[in-house]
Amino acid sequence: MEITASRKNLPKLFFSTLYISAFTFGGGFVIITFMKKKFVDELHWIDEEEMLDLTALAQSSPGAIAVNAAILVGWRVGGFPGMLTAVLGTIIPPMAILSLISFFYTAFATNLYVALVLKGMQAGVAAVILDVVCGLGGNVIKLHKPVYLVIMAAAFAATFFLKINVIYIIIAAAVMGIILEILNRKGGKRS
Amino acid sequence: MTIYLELFWSFLQVGMFSIGGGYAAMPLIQSQVVSRHEWLTMSEFTDLITIAEMTPGPIAVNSATFVGIRIAGFPGAVTATFGCILPSCLIVSLLAFIYYRYKKLSALQSVLASLRPAVVALIASAGLSILRTVAFGGEKMALENINWIGLFLFVAAFLLLRKLKWNPILVMSLCGVAGLLINLAVTAL
Repeated sequence: MEITASRKNLPKLFFSTLYISAFTFGGGFVIITFMKKKFVDELHWIDEEEMLDLTALAQSSPGAIAVNAAILVGWRVGGFPGMLTAVLGTIIPPMAILSLISFFYTAFATNLYVALVLKGMQAGVAAVILDVVCGLGGNVIKLHKPVYLVIMAAAFAATFFLKINVIYIIIAAAVMGIILEILNRKGGKRS
Repeated sequence: MTIYLELFWSFLQVGMFSIGGGYAAMPLIQSQVVSRHEWLTMSEFTDLITIAEMTPGPIAVNSATFVGIRIAGFPGAVTATFGCILPSCLIVSLLAFIYYRYKKLSALQSVLASLRPAVVALIASAGLSILRTVAFGGEKMALENINWIGLFLFVAAFLLLRKLKWNPILVMSLCGVAGLLINLAVTAL
């Protein structure tokens, strides 16, 4: 088990998840990109391949992707207390913000300045995600295994152009992995 | 007391059956909150989705807080949110255990190695969808629909991140402020 139950990282884990959750607008992949920047690139608590595995798990489990990712990162960094810490850090900002907004929501939703700031932030979010994608995609290319490039291209076409449900894409990629493993074993026996 | 149980049970189902992120949760929330319990009208629900999209955090957690507060105050918000994340906590913890226990097996290694490029593609698609909204304002992809301010902000932000390795949250906040100022300046001219 690589789950490390060290308590000294808990405050840092709490404030990192709180900070990420408070600033990530948009869907689950946005928060995962920010978590990758923080926990992989900055703190080096998790390595890049592991982060991608955790993303696949978070995406294919029921519930909000952000919460699922927090649960996985939390277990990894601090065991059970780590999981609770990361989940709390992730849900406190939206709970606090929505509680405030629920009292004067029409004023907020129709405010021009709020809308303009949020629109500008969207451009920044797109940049952050695509910056991370450049790094991750580059690493897949560096593996020099055409089959992974084909999986990447096929998965992209399936989700971006064909709008196929991501669950099916993940299942298909997993099946592909099983087929590759079987082929590998057969090849191993023959040689 | 029953209202808390109802909130808990409704959002437990939302958390249990929404697979694949925010948009998958939306119809489930609607069926629980609007159709079954009539806690919100359809127009309030639409406002809720707008707000959920404009604020940080998962749509399910945002909805649980919003509905909980309106129905039973702050304790209602906590109850609904707890119900909404409880299935995740149990199922994902189990998966984490399996992952770290059996990660070294070659079959699982092979599955994970195939999943990784697919996940990169999913993230790329999510990013490009947002970029398309930014660059064309949700309109058709045509030259006359290009939002030059949004596109400029995107390119500037991308270069700051890629070349100068700036902090992503700082870059995003700067984009928000710059978006507001540039738009105000353009309207004033």
